[in-house]
Amino acid sequence: MIKQNKLSFSRLAIYATLLAACAVYLVPLIVMLLTSFKTPEDIRSGNLLSWPDVITAIGWVKAWDSLGGFFWNSVKITVPAVLISTLLGALNGYVLAMWRFKGSQLFFGLLLFGCFLPFQVVLLPASFTLGKLGLANTTSGLVLVHLVYGIAFTTLFFRNYYVSVPDALVRAARLDGAGFFTIFGRILLPMSVPIIMVCLIWQFTQIWNDFLFGVVFASGDTQPITVALNNLVNTSTGTKEYNVDMAAAMIAGLPTLVVYVLAGKYFLRGLTAGAVKG
Amino acid sequence: MSSVAITSKVSPLDALQRWLPKLVLAPTMLIVLVGFYGYILWTFLLSFTSSRFMPSYKWVGLQQYQRLMDNDRWWVASKNLMLFGGLFISISLILGVLLAVLLDQRIRREGFIRTIFLYPMAISMIVTGTAWKWLLNPGLGLDKLLRDWGWEGVRFDWLVDTDRVVYCLVIAAVWQASGFVMALFLAGLRGVDQSIIRAAQVDGASLPNIYLRIVLPSLGPVFFSAVMILSHIAIKSFDLVASMTAGGPGYSSDLPAMFMYAHTFTRGQMGLGAASAILMLGAVLAILVPYLYSELRGKRHD
Amino acid sequence: MATLELRKVHKSYGSGLADTLKNIELKIDSGEFLILVGPSGCGKSTLMNCIAGLESISGGEILVEGADISGMSPKDRDIAMVFQSYALYPTMSVRDNIAFGLKMRKMAPEAIDEEVARVARLLQIEHLLKRKPGQLSGGQQQRVAMGRALARRPKIYLFDEPLSNLDAKLRVEMRTEIKLMHQRLKTTTVYVTHDQIEAMTLGDKVAVMKEGIIQQFGTPQQIYNDPANLFVASFIGSPPMNFIPVKLEPAGNQLFAPLCSGEKAELSCALPLAAMAEGVEGREVILGVRPEQIQTTAGTPGLVPIAAEVEIIEPTGPDTLVFVTLNQTKVCCRMSPDDAPRVGQVIELQLDPEKIMLFDANSGERLRPLSATTAQSASNVTRLRSL
Repeated sequence: MIKQNKLSFSRLAIYATLLAACAVYLVPLIVMLLTSFKTPEDIRSGNLLSWPDVITAIGWVKAWDSLGGFFWNSVKITVPAVLISTLLGALNGYVLAMWRFKGSQLFFGLLLFGCFLPFQVVLLPASFTLGKLGLANTTSGLVLVHLVYGIAFTTLFFRNYYVSVPDALVRAARLDGAGFFTIFGRILLPMSVPIIMVCLIWQFTQIWNDFLFGVVFASGDTQPITVALNNLVNTSTGTKEYNVDMAAAMIAGLPTLVVYVLAGKYFLRGLTAGAVKG
Repeated sequence: MSSVAITSKVSPLDALQRWLPKLVLAPTMLIVLVGFYGYILWTFLLSFTSSRFMPSYKWVGLQQYQRLMDNDRWWVASKNLMLFGGLFISISLILGVLLAVLLDQRIRREGFIRTIFLYPMAISMIVTGTAWKWLLNPGLGLDKLLRDWGWEGVRFDWLVDTDRVVYCLVIAAVWQASGFVMALFLAGLRGVDQSIIRAAQVDGASLPNIYLRIVLPSLGPVFFSAVMILSHIAIKSFDLVASMTAGGPGYSSDLPAMFMYAHTFTRGQMGLGAASAILMLGAVLAILVPYLYSELRGKRHD
Repeated sequence: MATLELRKVHKSYGSGLADTLKNIELKIDSGEFLILVGPSGCGKSTLMNCIAGLESISGGEILVEGADISGMSPKDRDIAMVFQSYALYPTMSVRDNIAFGLKMRKMAPEAIDEEVARVARLLQIEHLLKRKPGQLSGGQQQRVAMGRALARRPKIYLFDEPLSNLDAKLRVEMRTEIKLMHQRLKTTTVYVTHDQIEAMTLGDKVAVMKEGIIQQFGTPQQIYNDPANLFVASFIGSPPMNFIPVKLEPAGNQLFAPLCSGEKAELSCALPLAAMAEGVEGREVILGVRPEQIQTTAGTPGLVPIAAEVEIIEPTGPDTLVFVTLNQTKVCCRMSPDDAPRVGQVIELQLDPEKIMLFDANSGERLRPLSATTAQSASNVTRLRSL
């Protein structure tokens, strides 16, 4: 922040630019909302930013009819995967930061690479494994996959958080007679609320928004909402109902948007932590 | 806390305590060794086989890589990636830095504006793709909007133009990720030592000069991270293509990730798909190794 | 209350690395206050962690009340520790911080309440019990950290540089308070510090460490008056001891240390020294003398004076530090402000041969004057040789 009092013209230009940018960023969302409340005829006669002639929720109703089941699939996949991967990440981070042993740093390096793994390179073996385990095309299978490939990030979050916690805390607790899990549960976990939030939100957006694993490892009734949305939008049969498409896209996007609006601070911290420190 | 005591005369409970850290880490170690590195090796192996719909382990040497090199669609996908990646990264960086610098000028309602710039990052690429597919719809989207607003002669049909469809992907991807770059740089700008800026002001430097010559050059690591993340997004990007163009028209907007998926899971060319996946990994490694090297070297002494 | 004894304690982190602790031998009686002092990286904190059981030792024994505890886990050693960063559990109230160790030892709730109350009264932190550590000042946190250690009534207290995070004034206050506390409770205590004043003021025994080796172990007065080597001499004392390189010259029976403060002849002198073991004549040695042991000529009659020009004067209040150059080395003299000269003035100084020390220039080992009888025989030998 640089202090600057004069040059009110440039101040004005700055505000104008920022407002214009805001408008540009908001347009797609506004268009989606407007379109989703229009009738197909209205869509054809008006344009992207024209106000609906009649506001109708028919698009939303139809979208929910075709996506509702998949929405719950996503919930069934996301909730357990987020919770378990966060818990595991917390424990891993605790060990990697506070109970280092020979080779633990090397292991952390190996794990770090997992944050950048292009998943294409593990898709085939993973699908063979899921088949062998009888988990192909199940939501449980997707939970497992998200767990495995989410653990790198969750561990990284907690490890980096705990590294900045003085390890004298752990020493003090050991002298006080506390063991491994007592120290974790009574001392570290209560002070981890911020990073738990970051991790939960990060994992939630990652898993809810996932498409690749969904499209590869699920089919038919077990697909997550992103896959179902893509199928809905990209079917070539029948007439296109853009109001339904947009309502469906809103339904798929709303959960993460709501989380973002409610806990944007943690979302941002997750992004930058994952980026800068990763 | 670097060494764990190993001495005799310990009760079984204490011995368990000493092994607990390793026990707790064991499942993750297994996951990493098998699920990350084992699977990479497995895919690597498959790329040397003639696997089609089912994995077969008939060794064909580098034949799949040879086929990849001879495959026009692969080359289109690779060139698209270069074009898409190059434009996506540079435009996102420029926009992100610009917005961050503007937001750094004691702006009122800064938090609110920041929220607007960043929200696309929260939603799925599939949603982004769906939205922009509609926005760029030839006939009903921006195309019509511009004509309704009086630009009669304008045709905006890049989405079905084989030469320009990649730019549509760039637009959507920039919309999604530039706010993230802004957030990264804004955090970086807030970390710049204010006394350096004051010193420059005392020296008589103008505001744009201070940013260009002093502030931004000191954010080298942030540039580095941003480029890393963006190129990683570009290489992995699959969702956006799938939802916006499905690689079309024809295969003119194909990206390697799309190519890999299509050949492996729908066209029964598992060996070829595996080979393309390995090349993608190679591309990621080429960017990642210098980055991780510098990161780990910096962290060794903490 | 317990005796503490370390026998041949040895620690290394790996075969390729230098040893962190080498052959540590220490013994303190029940109720004594031991100071481990040394520069950072000397191994004092590692040694303390080894006593606490937070790090294992590679060899040797740690005996508390005669029983080897080196294989025990920290919680079974009945040792409490106060950390440099205090290490207060940030999410717990002060009361819970103090009670945590007692809860872990499954003490009855009423007994815990009683114990917390006792400790709080002792440290005058009763009004803070409901607060979180983040709401406390540095000094208050320090008290809570001590309270946590006191609550367990352990056999031994360990203090790991507990005052180094406090500002100068508070540090002096807390130092006195720790001393008072120890005098009252008489618990065996090991205290790590890099501050030589803390070492001098608090300790019954002081162990000066460097590079994993105990350089000297003794009472503060022994360490101060009779340092074993150059390192100990330089580490203890403030302002530090002056070290002047001299080339010893024999003349007859006597050894002389030539000193000069300038080019002119009247600015040189030869300081007569007590007899030394043979072989030091003609050698470069280090002459050590504490600033307060340099007197002006008004002091003791009969000592050889040396003239020197005053270069810098630093009044500290109770004393004035006067700097001169001897043998191209800056030398600090501590004087009463009343006697302080002016800059540029040439003053006459006296160094008492009884008080000065000589150190080997290479090894840093102390070169001790021979006792009367051996001095005699040594000089006899010298005489025979010269014949």
